[in-house]
Amino acid sequence: MGRYIFRRLLSLIPVLLGVSIIVFFLVRLIPGSALQMYLGTQVEATPAQMEELRRIFGEDKPVPVLYVEWLGRLLRGDLGYSLRTGREVLPDILQRLPLSIELTFYALFLSLIIGIPLGILSALKHDPVTDVSIRITGLLGLSLPQFWLASLMVIAFSGFHGWIPMGNYVGLFKAPLDNLRMLFFPSLAIGIGLAAVIMRYTRNSMLEVLQMDYIRTAQAKGLAKRIVIIRHALRNAILPVITVAGFNTGYLLGGAIVIEEVFALPGMGRLALYAIYQRDYSLIQGIVLVIATLFVLVNLVTDLIYAAVDPRIRLETREG
Amino acid sequence: MARLLKNPIALVGLAIIALYVLIVIISQFWLPFDPLQMDVAHILESPSFRTGHLFGTDEFGRDILSRIMKGTGISLLIAVIATAIGAAIGTFMGVWAGFLGGAWDHWIMRLADVLFSFPSLLLAIFVMAILGENTYNVIIAIFIVYIPQFARVSRGAVLAIKNNEFVRAAFSSGADRRFVLSRHLLPNIMMPIIVQSSLSLSVAILLESALSFLGLGVQPPYPSWGNMLSSARKVMMLAPWTAIYPGLAIMGLVLGFNLLGDGLRDILDPRLRNIK
Repeated sequence: MGRYIFRRLLSLIPVLLGVSIIVFFLVRLIPGSALQMYLGTQVEATPAQMEELRRIFGEDKPVPVLYVEWLGRLLRGDLGYSLRTGREVLPDILQRLPLSIELTFYALFLSLIIGIPLGILSALKHDPVTDVSIRITGLLGLSLPQFWLASLMVIAFSGFHGWIPMGNYVGLFKAPLDNLRMLFFPSLAIGIGLAAVIMRYTRNSMLEVLQMDYIRTAQAKGLAKRIVIIRHALRNAILPVITVAGFNTGYLLGGAIVIEEVFALPGMGRLALYAIYQRDYSLIQGIVLVIATLFVLVNLVTDLIYAAVDPRIRLETREG
Repeated sequence: MARLLKNPIALVGLAIIALYVLIVIISQFWLPFDPLQMDVAHILESPSFRTGHLFGTDEFGRDILSRIMKGTGISLLIAVIATAIGAAIGTFMGVWAGFLGGAWDHWIMRLADVLFSFPSLLLAIFVMAILGENTYNVIIAIFIVYIPQFARVSRGAVLAIKNNEFVRAAFSSGADRRFVLSRHLLPNIMMPIIVQSSLSLSVAILLESALSFLGLGVQPPYPSWGNMLSSARKVMMLAPWTAIYPGLAIMGLVLGFNLLGDGLRDILDPRLRNIK
């Protein structure tokens, strides 16, 4: 397992390097340099003055050199300074990050505790009507625009005191219960689509496993139905569900960006939108880098969990 | 095609999509009201037969049904164009990667891996931030998200049939690469591409509406379902219909594409039929 983890970590390097190249060069595509943005529209600089400024800011070198220098700073944890506030980008991002991560995992948790039991129950009832209705429910969950669902929740539940956050957000460690109550509907809005997907996967996976011989053996030896389902069937059926949930966690993070806007939650998403409206490109660059890195790491963790549960995966990569 | 007609899920999906296309066609010739015309005398009117505003009016007195009908064309057009471009470029890259193998394959798929490292909405938002907010850039943002997805699907499909006997037979009977590619490989990988396209169209509708909702997509006063929901946020406590109907419109069309894609996947992969 140690070797497998090491190999997977190693494989992250080219991907993250690629991400940094894309982010760096895309931001350079912006019409008008970042320097011009920094000066704003009020300041008129002559070409000679611009040249001088470019030299002072170290922007006069060839682009590949600039990239290497930027990457060097990045590796030391220096994401640069905001073009608008002049403050360091990283501390601002780190301050907003915990809320977005909490929303993501809260949403993941809700989707699992909704999706898995429903999936199991529906697998035990295997008839055409249940089949079709589960399928349509699953697709319906995928078709719900999250931000619309969130808006409907605001309309429906704003009368319930403390359930809908509207500018009165409190941190998890400050008031845990208030925080969890306040983030319940936002997390549900983010997670409901995944809950539908998980339900469908759990059901399909259960149906497949329930046809296996060892289940019949377990039933034949007189084990209680509950034990057969939970100990024998679910344990094996849950594997593909873990993978699907894991690989979708990154997308939940993306969903959090929009939902934060609907509920006015001070997370990364709102920071990103603020940065875009303000044309604060160094802030945008930092946020995109941080989220992409998280996304890659979550996928890695999913891979590792999967490999830990199913030894065949590890062996396959070693041989291949 | 005959199998498509026998699959009720795909058929319902197709019917929903056809309904929306019909709405687009009708909206070219006739709308209940002018979707851009403000009417201060009828601000935030609730849905009613009497006034003719079946879905009510928004904060400027504009008819919501007319705006939804007008927005259907915009949303559908963006989704179709973006998916078509993404599918064309992605499939081209994926087919060549799978067909040629070696260094080509390696670099194309590494590029796809890198693009996959961004959650799709984040990538789209990032592209919009760089290109600026307008309708054309929404198309670009969405097709960039789709290129790696189609590349992966088509590469996988090519790899699955590349070493089949009929391909080798074609080569050994003297056919050149281009001929084998167009005559033997492409027709055989069309089905997974079509399934992927249908599912991608559904996500494209959601992406466009999310971008417009965040103020990064279609710009007011032109109606899109996303920006209607965005402006509804200010008044939805007073007038819930401003938020309800545009969202239903999005959900219906997305569901249509999802049903079609899901049904097509069944037809394509007979193994799934017994399980689902």
